[in-house]
Amino acid sequence: MTWPEMQPLLSQASWDTLYMVGWSTVIAVVGGLPLGVLLVLTDRGGLLQSVVANKVLGQIVNIARSMPFIILMVALMGFTRWVTGTTIGREAAIVPLAIGAIPFFARLVETAVREVDGGLVEAVQAMGGNTWTVVRKVLVPEALPSLISSATTTVVALIGYSAMAGTVGAGGLGDIAIRYGYQRFETQLMWITVAILAVVISLIQFAGDYAARSLHRRGGHSGPVPKLRLLKAEEPAAAGAGKAA
Amino acid sequence: MITTSGLTKVYRSRGREVTALDGVDLHVREGEVYGVIGRSGAGKSSLIRCVNLLERPTSGTVTVAGQELTALAGRGPRAGKELRQARSRIGMVFQHFNLLSTRTVQDNVELPLEILGLSGKERSRKALGLLDLVGLADKAKAYPAQLSGGQKQRVGIARALAGDPKVLLSDEATSALDPETTRSILQLLRDLNRQLGLTVLLITHEMDVVKSICDSAALMERGRIVESGTVSELLATPGSELAAALFPLSGAAAGDDRTVVDVTFHGDAATQPVISQLSRTYNIDISILGAAMDTVGGKQVGRMRIELPGRYEENVVPVGFLREQGLQIDVVGRAAEEPALVKDGAK
Repeated sequence: MTWPEMQPLLSQASWDTLYMVGWSTVIAVVGGLPLGVLLVLTDRGGLLQSVVANKVLGQIVNIARSMPFIILMVALMGFTRWVTGTTIGREAAIVPLAIGAIPFFARLVETAVREVDGGLVEAVQAMGGNTWTVVRKVLVPEALPSLISSATTTVVALIGYSAMAGTVGAGGLGDIAIRYGYQRFETQLMWITVAILAVVISLIQFAGDYAARSLHRRGGHSGPVPKLRLLKAEEPAAAGAGKAA
Repeated sequence: MITTSGLTKVYRSRGREVTALDGVDLHVREGEVYGVIGRSGAGKSSLIRCVNLLERPTSGTVTVAGQELTALAGRGPRAGKELRQARSRIGMVFQHFNLLSTRTVQDNVELPLEILGLSGKERSRKALGLLDLVGLADKAKAYPAQLSGGQKQRVGIARALAGDPKVLLSDEATSALDPETTRSILQLLRDLNRQLGLTVLLITHEMDVVKSICDSAALMERGRIVESGTVSELLATPGSELAAALFPLSGAAAGDDRTVVDVTFHGDAATQPVISQLSRTYNIDISILGAAMDTVGGKQVGRMRIELPGRYEENVVPVGFLREQGLQIDVVGRAAEEPALVKDGAK
């Protein structure tokens, strides 16, 4: 294959991947954030403690996460048809991608929100704040750097899943790599696809890390300083002391 | 201002029961600084959390500013609207400050005002006023991570005052601070108590905190209040553990040939030269084994441990002389024989 032949294929595939991953990320965040927060709130000692609700939500998340994506896609076909009116194409792939990513992101949200210092929750309660205030003013803003990292991880995972979306004719970079690169021995095209995926994933990871870090740096910690930062802060001081001596 | 009666808190986990509070009756008068002191695990934290119902007591009642908080039921562990309104009028300061790291100092102080539903302009006017009051007007735009411990606690205090509370609860507010910063924070609390007529209930494990700012104090042990009263009342109580802890004295107890006596001075008696009078009047040699003098709640108070030669029976008259001078006398070594009586007296 020559470049003029490959170029339209690749640009269409890149666009398809971004389209699918973009929409399913938005849906995963919108669905996974409240689900993850609920998993924390309903847990023992949580503000909305409910053993039954916690068990039910936890089980749903576990079952959804334990299902291989390709199976999930097939299992959800009925639902996909009901939502989008079709089971083929990009829109049809977004449904299982989003549904697969919601519990994935929810677990990451759960971990991030659990890290928030309980003392802050107590402080807001002591001011007369209700549960919604606690979620809005404490849990989400304080966990934000971790939440951004979680979203980045989710996007990267979704790009991986989207390779399988080719099985429902949704296109995308992974689909090109399999159909042309693997099945038609277009090795060159396959490597280009892989390279594009690597660049896209690196960019996303870089952007996510940068956003999380800049938020973290702005706020820092009100609690004890983490060890790594302590070491960094001490080094120049120690060097200065050495010079002075 | 704050009254608890029969306050009991039992924690149940995995079939085990731990009684953190065991029938606590506490009475904090309006405008005073009241210190609850005790070792860790004595139930102090549970007590202060029960006052604004962050912990729901198992039984008993809590009344703050004439409002019975325990009657403002919330469904289950959640607080109802009335209880949340009542809480917004009770300030609380924490050991680890509990400031939101993603908000600036000013935004942290504005948080309770956001909950109260004030407009942006009012919030910022009030927050800046409070920061000025605690001496941090120049740090409004800083983040908590950029502040020292003492500054963080000042922000915590400003935040606690945002709802114009009549009552301030302080949960080990100075325990994470160094001695000098502790003093400045205590001074601030004292000033606020005087300027705003704020009633302060504080819990601490540091005797110095009680000594430097408390009008009244209570000693907690195993979920119970063992002793309580104004600091001068406590000092006047024979065998008071709090008084002894506030003014620790060392020295051996009485032996066969000597009598050791603890003398507590307060009020006018503190200015009288009683020891030299005693020595001259009865022509006896007095050794001073230990002494501590301090100002508590603006009054000169002190304790002294002295040794008189001869057994107690031979010293009845000199000890009687000291009692006549209006001094509090505890004969060391003999008091231990009647501990039950002493405890009753302390209550």
